[in-house]
Parts: sequence; C-alpha cells; structure tokens
Amino acid sequence: MPNVPLARIASARSGDKGEGSNVGVLARSGAAYEFLKAELTAERVQAHMKSINAGAVKRFEADNLRLLNFLLMDSLGGGGSASLKTDAQGKTHGLALLRLELDVPNEVLQATPERY
Amino acid sequence: MPKQDTVLIANGQGFWGDSILAPVRLVNEGPLDYLTLDYLAEVTMSIMQKLRSRKPDAGYATDFVRLIDRILPQLVEKKIKVIANAGGVNPQACMAAVMEVIKKHGYKGVTVAIVEGDDILADLDTLIASGEKFANMDTGAALATVRQGVTSANVYLGAFPIAEALDRGAQIVITGRGTDPGLVLGPMIHEFGWKKTDYDLLAAGTVAGHIVECGAQCTGGNYTDWRHVPDMARIGYPIIEAKADGTFVITKHAGTGGIVNESSVAHQLAYEMGDPRAYLGPDCSADFTSFQLSQAGPDRVLVQGVRGAAPTPTYKASISYMNGYKALGELTVSGPDALDKARLCADIVWKRLAMDGCEFAPEEKLVEFVGANVCHAGIASAERKDPGEVILRMGVKSLDQKKVDRFGMELVPLVTSGPPGVTGFAGGRPKATEIIGFWPALVSKTKIKTRVTVVTS
Repeated sequence: MPNVPLARIASARSGDKGEGSNVGVLARSGAAYEFLKAELTAERVQAHMKSINAGAVKRFEADNLRLLNFLLMDSLGGGGSASLKTDAQGKTHGLALLRLELDVPNEVLQATPERY
Repeated sequence: MPKQDTVLIANGQGFWGDSILAPVRLVNEGPLDYLTLDYLAEVTMSIMQKLRSRKPDAGYATDFVRLIDRILPQLVEKKIKVIANAGGVNPQACMAAVMEVIKKHGYKGVTVAIVEGDDILADLDTLIASGEKFANMDTGAALATVRQGVTSANVYLGAFPIAEALDRGAQIVITGRGTDPGLVLGPMIHEFGWKKTDYDLLAAGTVAGHIVECGAQCTGGNYTDWRHVPDMARIGYPIIEAKADGTFVITKHAGTGGIVNESSVAHQLAYEMGDPRAYLGPDCSADFTSFQLSQAGPDRVLVQGVRGAAPTPTYKASISYMNGYKALGELTVSGPDALDKARLCADIVWKRLAMDGCEFAPEEKLVEFVGANVCHAGIASAERKDPGEVILRMGVKSLDQKKVDRFGMELVPLVTSGPPGVTGFAGGRPKATEIIGFWPALVSKTKIKTRVTVVTS
C-alpha cells in the first residue's frame, strides 16, 4: 500500500478550545472517510501529536460532513493569555496532523481527488 | 408573516482586529439587509473592564464607532441594519458615541438600540449569595479560589433580545456579551417570527451564525487547499441568504475573491467544535450531524435539514481573573550554526538569571527556535536540521512580577556577551504583562435580567 501524508486524502481546520485545541479532519471522499473512520483513531492521533499535546485525545464523528473531530485536551501550554507558545491558539495543529503518514489502499487513493 | 422571502445577513468582522475594510466592502459591493459584526473575545472583556475603570466612558469597541462614521450614508440609503456586540462592557457609552456620529452626519430618525444584562461583575457576590456556585466547568473548582482577582464577568446572552430591539424599530443594535451566532439568529427571529420553542429553526440560525462568525474563514481564508483560492487579497466576507423555513445559502458578493464550496463551509463548521451532536447555546442545542451541505451554483452552498433541541436552563458565564505575569522576548541568531548558537544563548540566560537568584520552574519557562520547527515540534517530517537563521524566542511566567521583569533584562546582553551573530533586538527589554485567566461557569437563566433600550436621533 502506498504511504502518503494524511493531507493527500483529507483537509483540516484547528483552533483553541479552553486549555486544548480541536482538529477537524475533513475527508476528501466517501472512501477516504470510511478508511479514516477505521484507521485514524484517537490513539493514533495522540501518538502523532504527543510532542504538541500533553493530554488525552477524544474523537467525535460527523458523517454528514465526512468529519472526524479530535479534541487535544492539553495542547496550548495553558489556555488563553497564560500560554507562552507561539501557537497559543492551536491554529497550526491541523496542518501538524495532516503531516501524519499513512498506508492507504490504492482503491481509496483512486477514489479520492487530491484537492477539493 | 415573513416581511420578505429571503433575507441577506452578512458578517463583516470575525474578531476585534479583523479587516476594517471588510464591512465597508460588504455594504458597497452588493445587496445586503443586515451587517453583523463581532468584536469580542474572552480576553477583550477583561481589557475593556480595565479601560472603563480608568475612564467611565470607555470599555467598548471604538473601531465600531469609526466604522459607523464611514458607512452611515450607505446604511441609511440602502436601509441596511447593523447588529454588533461592540458594546463590550459599556453599551451605554457605545450608543452615546454612535448617536454623536449620527448627529454629526445630520440624519434624523435613525434608531439605535442597546441590549444589556450580560455584565454580572457588580452582581457577582449577590448571585453567589443566592446560591450560584460558578464552579469551573473544566476543573470543578470553586470561584472563591480566584474571586479576589476577578476582573470581568459576563454571561453569553441569546438572540431574542436582539430580535426585540429590531421589533422595536432599531436600525443599529449594540450588544455586550452574547453568543456569536446570536448576532445572525436575532435578525432571523425578527424577520420570520420564529418562536422560543422552534428548536429546529433556532438551530438552523445558530448553524448559519457559526458558519459566518469568523468572517472569511468560511470563504477560503485559513483553508487547507489555499493554492486554489482565487484573489485572496479581495476575499469576500460571508453572506447568509436566509429563509423562513430554516434553509439557507452561504455565499459572498459577486466579483469578490475567495471561494464558497462544501469544503470551505465544512472547514468552518469544524472550527472550535466539541461534540458535534450537541452544540449548546442559550436559545437551543444544535446538532451539527443533522444537516446536508450541497453546492447550489458557483460560490453558493445550500444548508438544509438542521435539527435542534431545547436549551439548558443555564447561561454560560465567562469570568476573567488576574493570574500572574508573563514576559516574552526575541533575538535573531544568524548562521552558521544558528541552532547551536541559539541553544547556547538560552542556556546562558537561565544560568545568568540563576546567578542573580532568579529561577523559574520548568512549566514557567519557554524556549523556542522559530524557523527550526516550533509549531510542529517533534513531528519528524517537519524537522529542520540547519536553518540559515532562527529567532530565539524565550518567555517566563510567574505570580511574582519582579522576577518576570528581571528575566526581561537578561536577553539584550547576549548581543555582546554571547556567541556571534546575535541581532534583531529592536523592542528593548520585554516587560511583565498581566496574564488573564478564564473561568467558564454556568448561571441560572432566571437570575439574569436582560434589558433593551431604544433611542432615535
């Protein structure tokens, strides 16, 4: 199976949520969504983002939007103005997650456009 | 009966600091019924309370008054109504300033309204005495632990007071703290006569409001596939074409830059999302898994099927409090060996501070090497081994202001007493600034009284 960055089959938006951030992962096709629902678990996201997020990761699904929403519970170095980090609002966390490299079946890649 | 079939509601300001040109372009570049403007973030309320404590007629978004001065002729000519949370912690003063602008322009019969009741700072102890606990929603801690340092306290009001202001003839509605989606839900309630129990319709307006509340974030701003967004310099801010049945189209003015497609709208739906099944607001709970998006022409996305449920008996309150001090400073370190030299610089700073008896715990310190992968630190595919230069960014936080200021004195000396190639320090010594903490809590709706005041020029 080809090894590709998550960005090949999904896009993302992230932002702050209290002392953590949320990353919404939007699959670029129905096939990509079904694949990601099975493969992109909270555990996998937690492992990839461990240098950014010190807390737990929770996953929610919205099938109508082909969206997997991940809450990174402790990813801002303290929320709001208490954070010293450059990215105190988690604006770049979506792009960080899109760097995750995955083994994706050819049929999923063929069914998934590279851009919206 | 609805006053018209389709109502056009735009958002021209996603936060205080957003493009000052965006609302001007919205009123000039195409048809519009309502212009909404969001000026408030959690930190803004605390800053505004501080301004007001020094100057009784301060504490609102002054940008808004300058905007009204700039666009008032178009608002009057095109009969565009404005809903803005520009009142901050002083809606009365904001209204007075807006009335001055209207007077200066010489318009008679322009009606301005304010919505009040969100500011509970003065009532906090009375509310506590009446049994409101204000337990921290995240930690469960009691407010008493930070009560002395509280600097602002506001509840997120809903859309019905805004609708009341419009029902009473207001062309400009100024609020304090309310939910961001409420700014667009208010006009829908007013136009379509939606009731407090029309949960699906209220949820539809809430979803519409969420989509547009961050301005261009739904029209191609901050969008993953940015290379395919045309003419971003002239990006169009979002417009809702709302209908009485709760269906709506997200679009933008013809001829503007940016993009509106299912993906750009879905991006924004994901922003600051928690559990998509229960997006809680003061007027309803909206189910973000219930509806369908579909492309309905170029730069037009139809949203239909939104389902909602009854709201909770509480308002969310946002309380801010003093939580110590911080300072941040930056130096540029050139190559060769930029990263090694920047690491040495950071080490020198901590050692010199310790020599003067000033030490910080690990969680009170930060060192970043900007340019060598700060944002995505630790993610292998983003690592940079030998950048041409880096910005050394160092910060501390502490309850002790003196310690924080002492830190600020130890960066500049590196230019002459550290490794070579250290430069770029134009800002002087970083000074301690206050850290504002946030305390999310709940308060019974029955304890909060909203008030709408209407004045005509």
